[in-house]
Amino acid sequence: MSRLSEKNLVIAKEIIARYPRQKSALIPLLHLAQEQSGYISKDAMVHLGELVGVTSAEVYGTASFYEMFRFEPIGKYLINICGTMSCALMGAEELMHHAEKRLGVKAGGTTQDGMFTLAHAECQAACTEAPCLQVNYRYRLRVTPADIDNLIDDLQTGKLSDEIPAHGVLSKVRQVIPADRAVGAIAPELVTESPVWLNGKAAL
Amino acid sequence: MTIVDPEKIVVDPNLVNITINDKPVVARKGEVIIAAADRTDDFIPRFCYHPRMSSVGMCRQCLVEVETPRGPMMVVSCMTPVAEGQIVRTATDNVKKAQEGVLELLLANHPLDCPVCDKGGECPLQDQAFSHGPGESRFVEEKRHYEKPIAISDIVYLDRERCILCDRCTRFADEVAGDPLISFTSRGNDTQVMTFPEEPFSSYFSGNTVQICPVGALTAKPYRFKARPWDLNETETTCTSCSVGCRIVVQSSRDELVRFQGVDVDPVNWGWLCDRGRYNFESVNSTERITTPLIKSDSGLVQSSWSVALDSAARIIRHALANNADSVAILGGARGTNEDAFAWAMLADELKVNQRDSQLGDGLTPEIFNLAQATIDETCAASTIILLSPDLKEELPVLYLRIRDAAQKRKSRIIEFSSHDSGLTPYAWRSVAFEPGRQAQVVRETLETKDMQEQIQRGEVVVVVGRANLAENEAFTLHALGEVLHAIPNAKILPVLRRGNVRGAVAVGLTPQQNSGDAIDILTKAAAGKIDCLILLGANPLADVADSILVKQALAQIRNVISIDTFITSSNQNADVVLPAAAFAEKNGTTTNLEGRVSNVTQQITPRGTSRPDWMIATELGLSLGIDLGVSSLDELHQKMISAIPEFASCDNEAAIQSDGVLMIHDALATISRGSKVLVDRNSYDYRLIVSRTMYDAAQSTITSNSLVGIITESTIYVHPLDLARIGVVDGTNIRVGVDEINIVLPVRAHSGIHRGTAWLPYNHTNVDIRPLLNIAADVIDVRIEQIK
Repeated sequence: MSRLSEKNLVIAKEIIARYPRQKSALIPLLHLAQEQSGYISKDAMVHLGELVGVTSAEVYGTASFYEMFRFEPIGKYLINICGTMSCALMGAEELMHHAEKRLGVKAGGTTQDGMFTLAHAECQAACTEAPCLQVNYRYRLRVTPADIDNLIDDLQTGKLSDEIPAHGVLSKVRQVIPADRAVGAIAPELVTESPVWLNGKAAL
Repeated sequence: MTIVDPEKIVVDPNLVNITINDKPVVARKGEVIIAAADRTDDFIPRFCYHPRMSSVGMCRQCLVEVETPRGPMMVVSCMTPVAEGQIVRTATDNVKKAQEGVLELLLANHPLDCPVCDKGGECPLQDQAFSHGPGESRFVEEKRHYEKPIAISDIVYLDRERCILCDRCTRFADEVAGDPLISFTSRGNDTQVMTFPEEPFSSYFSGNTVQICPVGALTAKPYRFKARPWDLNETETTCTSCSVGCRIVVQSSRDELVRFQGVDVDPVNWGWLCDRGRYNFESVNSTERITTPLIKSDSGLVQSSWSVALDSAARIIRHALANNADSVAILGGARGTNEDAFAWAMLADELKVNQRDSQLGDGLTPEIFNLAQATIDETCAASTIILLSPDLKEELPVLYLRIRDAAQKRKSRIIEFSSHDSGLTPYAWRSVAFEPGRQAQVVRETLETKDMQEQIQRGEVVVVVGRANLAENEAFTLHALGEVLHAIPNAKILPVLRRGNVRGAVAVGLTPQQNSGDAIDILTKAAAGKIDCLILLGANPLADVADSILVKQALAQIRNVISIDTFITSSNQNADVVLPAAAFAEKNGTTTNLEGRVSNVTQQITPRGTSRPDWMIATELGLSLGIDLGVSSLDELHQKMISAIPEFASCDNEAAIQSDGVLMIHDALATISRGSKVLVDRNSYDYRLIVSRTMYDAAQSTITSNSLVGIITESTIYVHPLDLARIGVVDGTNIRVGVDEINIVLPVRAHSGIHRGTAWLPYNHTNVDIRPLLNIAADVIDVRIEQIK
C-alpha cells in the first residue's frame, strides 16, 4: 500500500514531461508503480490519477485492461510454467507438480515468505525448446525437475539477482531523456499547420 | 407559374442529399446516418447511440447497408457520416440477418429476468429483441455471473449481469457530467462497468445514467421495484427545484409519485437532470406533509378546518391592518407557480400591503432583470462567458452542464471571477480569484489586461451573475457587474437567482412595492417590533435568511405569523395559522425560469389531505376578508395574469408553454453603475468567510426525501492546506470559529480550492448551525479560527 516514493516521483515527472498530454504517460507510470512494490496498490493508482489529472476510476479502468499489471501483492519472483500443447507433451504437468511440491504452494499461490508466486501460463512462444517457463518473464528452456530445484536454490541464495530483478522491474537500465533532447511533441488539438505532405506542393 | 432563375437558387452548402430505403432525405454535413434516419419513419435499432453524446460504435446493433462501387457494404450507421448521393438501406435481408446476429450475441450473456427487472416493459433491449431479434438463441451454455446489484453510489445500483457494455453511462459520466468515476475495467469476457474500489459514483448527475441505460443494469433506489412501466401515469411538466426549469416527465402509480425523467428540450436541459431535482419528489410523498389546516392553541398547533383557519387568518390580518397598513408583510412565493404568486400579489395590492419580498436576502435587486438579457442558448453560444455567479454545479446543476459543454465542445471561453474554486474552474479559460468584497477592483484590473481585451473583442459576451457569497453585501456583486458592463457595454446578462420561480414572482409583483424595504428590512423592522403580522408563502426565513439572530429576534417580536406551507418548519412551528399548500405535481399553472422562459407545470396526483394550491388559498382568504379577486378558476387567473402583467403578454401560446416554453417580454431599460464601497482590510489573523450553498444541503425537500437525506453532510469549514498548518491542527479536527462574542465549534478540513486567508463554509448543513456568525448588516465577515485547547 504505497504511493510513489520521492525518488520515483522525480522519475514520474520526467516521464510525464515527455508527452503533450499528461494522461498519455499513464502506462509507463503504472509500470513504475509496479516496479516500486511488485504490484499496483490502490494508493498508487490514486497517486497516479493525481499526477496526470484523471480520476482513480480511469486509472483502474486503464490498468485492469492489461493482464501483466497486478493489483494484489505478488511474490518477488513470478514463475510461469507453460502448459500449452508442446510443453504439455514434453512434461509440463510433471514440472508443475514438482514446483508445487518444492515451493509448498498450489499453482496461483504465493509462498509465505513472499519470494515466489507459481502460476500456469499459456504458450510462451518457445515450443521448439519445450518444456519452458519464465521467471519474471525471463525464459528458462528445456526445463527438467532438477533445473527447477536449481533455479529456486539460485533465486533464494541471490545468485541470479543480477540476471533476474524483482517482479515489476522491466529493465535494469532506465531510459532517461534530458529535457533538451525531448521530441517536444505538441498536442494534436494545438497543431495548426497541416502536415508537409498536405501543404499543396506535392502532387497527391 | 413563376420561373426561377437557376442561378439564383441558393443552396445551403451544409446540406447533403442522401437516400434511405429509396426515399430522399436531406441531411446536414457531419451528421451520421442514424441521425438522418431518425427524421424518417425507418427506425434503425440501436443501444449505444445517443444524440447528445459522441458516437462510439460500441454495440454494433445499428448496422445498415450503404451502396459502394463494389456493391453494398455493411456499416454501423452511428459512426458513418452522410455523404452526397449516399444510398442507405436499413432493412434488406443481409441487414436483418446482421442485426439479428448482433442481438443474439448481446443476449448471449444477458439474463432473461425481465419479469423481475425494473426495465421490463420500457426496455430498449426487450423491445428491439422483439422487433429486430432472431426470436431464439443458440447459446445453451452457462451465462456469465456476477454478484447481483451492487450499490455504486447512495442512489444508483449496478447489475453487471444485465449490462450490454454500450458505454452510455461511462460516456455520460465522462463527456457530459465531467465526473468519470465509472469506467470499463478488465477486458474481453470480463469487461465490466465499475467504480474505483471503495470510491462511489458520487456524481450530482448519476440519475441520468439510469435514465439512458438501455437495459436494466442501472437502477435507482427511489424507483426500484416500485411500479411497472405499464402501470404508470405520466404528464410533462417543468421542474421547479431550482430556477433552471428543466422539462421533465412526472410519473405516478396509484396516485403516488414514483419517478421523474428528463425530457430533451433544446433550449433548456437537453434531457439531463440533476439528482436533487430527479429524486426530491420523495418529499411530496412524505408522511410528514401537512394535510389539514392547523391553528395555534395552548397545546401547540392543532388540526382545524379550512373555514375556521381562514377566518382566524382573516381576523389576524384585519386586526393588524386596522393598526397600520405597514404592519403586515409577506415573505416568499418564489417556490410556487406564476399564478400562485400573482393571486397573492393581487391580494396584497387589495390590502395595500407593500412590504413583500420573494427573495430572502440571498438574491440580487430585481433591477438586474431590466438589463439586456441572454437566454441559456445565447449564453452557451457566446464567445466569452463571464462568471460572477455562485458555483453553478452546486446551485444550478443543469446550467453547469450546458456551460461546461459550451466551453468543452464549442467555442466559448469562460472568464471566471470567484472567491474559491467552483465546478467550472477546471473548464475556465481564465479563473481569477478575489477576496470577498474586492471583486469590483479585481474585475476592473483583469478586464484591462491585453489578452482579456482581445478575448472580449472576439464576439458576444454574456455575464452570468448571481449571489455567490451569503457572507458578503450584495452591493459588491452589483458593483462588479457594473465594472463588467462599463468595460463591455454590449454584454448581456444571465441572472441566476435562487428558487424555482423567483423571476415569475418578481414579475407579478411579489417584490418590494413603492420603495418599501426588502426582506432584510422587513425582518429588521419586525425585530424592532414594527410588524404585527407576517405571512410566509412557502418561506422558512430561519433556514433561508442567512442571519439567524435577526430572524429569531424578528419572529419573537411579530405578534402573528400565518404560514402557507407543505411542511412544519422551524419558522412556522409557532405560527398562529398554518395552511396546507399543494406541492409540486399536485397543481397546475406556469413557471418562469432564470432566463424568463415561461412553461407549464401540471398536476399529476391529488393534493395530499385537504391541501390546496396557493392561488386558491389567496382567493379564499380574500373572500374571508371581504375581497373578491374575481377569479374562480386557474384559467381565469392565467388570463387575468397575462393581460395584467405586460411581461407575460407573450404567454397566450398554449402549445409553446406546454413544450419549450415562451420567453417573457422584457425591456432592457436599466443600467447599472459602477460603485465604490470602502472596505475595511482584513486583519491578517482572521479569515474572510465565503458562505455558499451546496447541492445536498438541509433543504426541506432534501431532508424529507428518504434517498437523499443520507447524502447531506455535516457542517464543516474549509481552509487552504497551508492555513490549516497555520492553525496547527490536523485535517478533520474540531476547531472554534468566532466573530466577536459568538463562537461555534465544527470540524475544519483542508481544501486546495480555497485561497489563503479565506474560509469556505457551506450553508445550511446538519449538526452545527453556522447562521449565528452571519451578521447580515456586515459588508463582509471575518472570523477567528482557533484550536480548542
